[in-house]
Amino acid sequence: MSMFNVFAIAGSALHAQSARLNATASNLANADSVAGPDGQPYRAKQVVFTAAPVSGPNSVGVTVSNVVESAEPGRLTYDPSNPAANAEGYVEMSNVNVVEEMTNMISASRAYQNNAEVMNTARTLLQRTLQIGQ
Amino acid sequence: MKTQLDSALQFHQSALNLQAQRQQMLASNIANADTPNYKARDIDFRSALKGALSERMGPLALASTSSRHLDVAEQMQFGAYVGYRREFQSSVDGNTVNMDVERAAFAENSVHYEASVTFINGLLRSMQTAITGQ
Repeated sequence: MSMFNVFAIAGSALHAQSARLNATASNLANADSVAGPDGQPYRAKQVVFTAAPVSGPNSVGVTVSNVVESAEPGRLTYDPSNPAANAEGYVEMSNVNVVEEMTNMISASRAYQNNAEVMNTARTLLQRTLQIGQ
Repeated sequence: MKTQLDSALQFHQSALNLQAQRQQMLASNIANADTPNYKARDIDFRSALKGALSERMGPLALASTSSRHLDVAEQMQFGAYVGYRREFQSSVDGNTVNMDVERAAFAENSVHYEASVTFINGLLRSMQTAITGQ
């Protein structure tokens, strides 16, 4: 029953989208953080999706192949009283773009919903198939 | 030996199998909606069903005279009838999945699948009536 592959495909997409949502949550949470545990300001993380065969060439799922850090420079704010300020009184904040992250989050949640819907439909169809002849 | 029941069911069996394969392919497209450079694929249902009914669905047997010839056994099912979707709007990341098209095709294919299941059920019920004579 090849319809079972739909679960694997949609499941891999759910997994990938939730990883993306996780990355977005980390970025948003650290939008205003100054220095991480290594003393460096937080860098925005983005996941990279790659198509990956689930079982056979007909069914192509999706995997998170890489997590990349944004190379953009951090935001500089003037705050001489901050202990993390440099000699000129500027503090380097994280390079998270909040607007970008919000749109990313909406996109990820829509994609997640779509794939959950696909799973639901496949489940209904399989149930119908199992009831053949009854 | 082919019984009457076999030949009556053969058409619906091929259709159901093909619809399950197509469902899988559409699920792959939906799953990879955010994967860069993924190209949306679909099965040409009409010609694939025609091919399946004339039992031409498997890959042709090729004589390989060199070890460097490609292996035909690894080809996908209905591979000859799979095509890439035409793009309406190009996207920057090279992805050709149009979610509206995919969702519509997925819903349409689910209804077709359910219709095939209903036909099979009706066929079996009338056969049962003929067997029991009631």
